[in-house]
Amino acid sequence: MAFAGTACLLVGLLTALYAAVASIAGARTGRRELVVSGRRAMYCLAALLIAATAVLQSAFLRSDFSFKLVAEGSSTDTPTFYKVTAMWATQDGSLLLWALLLSVFSSAVLFLSRRSLRDIAPWATAVLGTLAAFFLALMLGWENPFTTLAVAPQEGAGLNPLLRHPAMMIHPPMLYTGYVGFSIPFAFAIGALITRHTGADWIRATRSFALIAWTFLAAGIMLGALWSYSELGWGGYWGWDPVENASLMPWLTGTAFLHSIMVQEKRGMLKVWNVSLIIATFVLALLGTFLVRSGILQSIHAFGASTIGVQFLICIVVVIVGSTALVISRLPHLRSESRLDSLLSREAFFLLNNLVLVLLCVFVFWGTFFPLISEAITGTEASVGPPWFNAVTTPLALVLVLLTGIGPVLAWRRITSSGLRRAFVVPAGVTVATLVVLVALTNAEDRVLALAMFCLTAFVLAVVGQEMVRGTAARRVITGDSWTRAAAGLLARNRRRYGGFIAHAGIAVLFLGVAGSSAFLQQRDLRLSPGDTFRAGGYELTYERATARLGGDGAGTGAPIAFGAVLTARKGSESFTLHPSRNFYPTRDPSKGSIGRYFEGEATSEVDVRWGLQRDLWTAVRPDISQLEGPIQEANRKFADSSGDVQAVVIAAIAERYRTDPPPAAFRSIVSPLVAWIWIGGGIILLGALIAAWPTPEARVRRVRSLYRARVGRELSGA
Amino acid sequence: MDPARKRKLRLVLALSVAVLLAGALVYTSFAGATEASTPSQLKASAESGRSYELTGKVVDGSVERKGDGLRFAIRDREGTERLPVNYQGVVPDPFRDGREVIVSGRLEGGTFVAERDSLVTKCPSKFTKEESS
Amino acid sequence: MLVALVVLRPLVEGPGREVEEDARRAELEAAKEAKYREIRDAELDRGMGKLSAEDHRTTDRELREEAIEILRELDALEGKSPRG
Repeated sequence: MAFAGTACLLVGLLTALYAAVASIAGARTGRRELVVSGRRAMYCLAALLIAATAVLQSAFLRSDFSFKLVAEGSSTDTPTFYKVTAMWATQDGSLLLWALLLSVFSSAVLFLSRRSLRDIAPWATAVLGTLAAFFLALMLGWENPFTTLAVAPQEGAGLNPLLRHPAMMIHPPMLYTGYVGFSIPFAFAIGALITRHTGADWIRATRSFALIAWTFLAAGIMLGALWSYSELGWGGYWGWDPVENASLMPWLTGTAFLHSIMVQEKRGMLKVWNVSLIIATFVLALLGTFLVRSGILQSIHAFGASTIGVQFLICIVVVIVGSTALVISRLPHLRSESRLDSLLSREAFFLLNNLVLVLLCVFVFWGTFFPLISEAITGTEASVGPPWFNAVTTPLALVLVLLTGIGPVLAWRRITSSGLRRAFVVPAGVTVATLVVLVALTNAEDRVLALAMFCLTAFVLAVVGQEMVRGTAARRVITGDSWTRAAAGLLARNRRRYGGFIAHAGIAVLFLGVAGSSAFLQQRDLRLSPGDTFRAGGYELTYERATARLGGDGAGTGAPIAFGAVLTARKGSESFTLHPSRNFYPTRDPSKGSIGRYFEGEATSEVDVRWGLQRDLWTAVRPDISQLEGPIQEANRKFADSSGDVQAVVIAAIAERYRTDPPPAAFRSIVSPLVAWIWIGGGIILLGALIAAWPTPEARVRRVRSLYRARVGRELSGA
Repeated sequence: MDPARKRKLRLVLALSVAVLLAGALVYTSFAGATEASTPSQLKASAESGRSYELTGKVVDGSVERKGDGLRFAIRDREGTERLPVNYQGVVPDPFRDGREVIVSGRLEGGTFVAERDSLVTKCPSKFTKEESS
Repeated sequence: MLVALVVLRPLVEGPGREVEEDARRAELEAAKEAKYREIRDAELDRGMGKLSAEDHRTTDRELREEAIEILRELDALEGKSPRG
């Protein structure tokens, strides 16, 4: 069975190479058949990789431990959902996922553009085919997901418990969809450069892919942050870890790209900028994939040196050098068609927004790679931490949110000064009012930067609201519809514009949450015994009692033992309970003893969060089991060879001991105001992106009709 | 001012802003960075009072918990030079013997006194992280 | 199994059935849609008071001329394949 998988990969490699070669040959000789053949090869590649993935997934679902990947990452008692998603928890499996997504997306874009972009499409196919071949070669040469073990173990190692969370399992595919998605516009940009067709055609064809990629990348980043906040024991959502940054950087440049392509479409400007931007985004996406798998940066995700680090680096260098050379050689074809009419135009502000985003990306890049930079310059490896990142990115974030409020108001080419004044009167008023209210009624002025951000959020929301109202009013003048119909019509006819505005509103809300939760956070770390009380963020919390639970894990992670606590929180008339706990997973290491191994494996913190719009109350507990060492060692000696049932009884006894007489446990409680708005803001962004990306029905109908007309014409002339 | 000169002026302005920003970036990062080192490096050439980011593996059997504090020994990834560490604060989930850790602090006497909550443990498997800072 | 997979791969080396014009037509249609959207956007901007009447007149005229150019090209293509 495993051999079938490897066979698929091998044939896939040949197919990918063929696709590249045939497309190039077809493009150069003008023979259409070769181009078509190359395109079909890409379809075949997608089919092959789907088959390969199916083989691997079936191995996971059958718990076939002859597959090395299944033996290392799954077990018979792993819940089914995690069996399916375990594939991309490993290096090999995630390479396969990358290749799968790449081939499927390539097939989709080639299918959709098969009648257009005659000149560019073959070169894009070649680029995508070569990329797919690279990943396949990596798998076949170094990290084959279909490696088998000579002797299949009886039981698998099981999925790392920290990964047993729905968000964590959807997070990699989302990120990869984002990374791979950006490879499509990249490939077409290269094609456009090679064929010197540097107009807006390649942008129009690949814009949807860029938008979809951006959306998935955003969702992936948000899921990672959400997971970190609700699963890990430190209670934060962003740590400026190199791998987190690696996913953020292509998103930043991707956002810049989405804006600047609009300028090229409308005014024919920024051609060099656009191709450079998409090249940078793609390189950063590759870098993002690479960073997790190499040992070049001291990240908590990366570890040691991996076997494919060098190859990735070579790939990245080749892409950078090749693309740069290509851009430079085509500079004459990338001249702007028009100039900036006025600084008070959308074009100018998009340029400004691009600058801010790219600057943010540069700062994050600098900080992320600082250990390598400092080593190169001073000889010693030094790193910068979250304080530096926060200090450096906060001013830019403020400017960015300000721009998201100004952009929607402007018009292309030039806005009249009276138009400008009319546009800003209301939002400015709202902002000032917000400022006054916040200073008067809350203690927000303690943190100036957060206060600034709150006011800017109000500004953006006011602008977006105003744009919607005024747009609806303008539409009513033309169509005479009722308010609701006009509003719906406005959204439907101008999806891109208003979808974008909604996404802007989402960004503002997200930063509201970030500002609130980072500036006004209250964290307490204490050791408590049952009955102890403490205050945090206006709440009075009491550690009522300890809990010990065996089996029946509510979250579905399959943890056999969980020690925890019950806390009651009171604030005024509000009162609720929290149940943080710690899950203990067994290890297969025999040196820990037959009883001890249940306590000495991985342990994860099961956090309990009380969500709220105004604030979150986050609690985690770390039970102290050091005092159980004695009984555990004793049990190890006495019951080493006992049956499973007896061992279960012994463990139950030890657990009961913890429950009835717990030593002081370490608690962490965090009160984060407004943190829920981060997730809400993220949802709004995704909603806006969805609206913007939704294809307009009329365009589709018209496209189909024109194709029919063409066919009629063709067939008639052929008859 | 004719357009050519205006453009030149804009260019000069943009470049100077860029240089200033770059300068600020470089300065703040070098000033605010903590140097990463291994136990052997620290033992050989540490400046007392200076903050370092110590990386290495936890020596088997060296972990002692006392109340809120933790004592353990850290050694080079491949090597035997070890350094005792005095730590207070939250201990991440994956922390145990033999795991790779990163902890920030200063060398005082022969012991590495760690900053509170700065212990980070690398998980041996591919993806996850656990941080307490 | 390997052989079966290789055989399953349909290799098409047949003659190209699609006419050049289809590609150009699709591109022009896409450009036309984009141009229409721009004209509508400009109208909306005018309605919202962002564009002055004069600016809108200029922009609208330019955009419509560009749209006419595209339509002309489309018609030329269609003229080449008579529909009887």
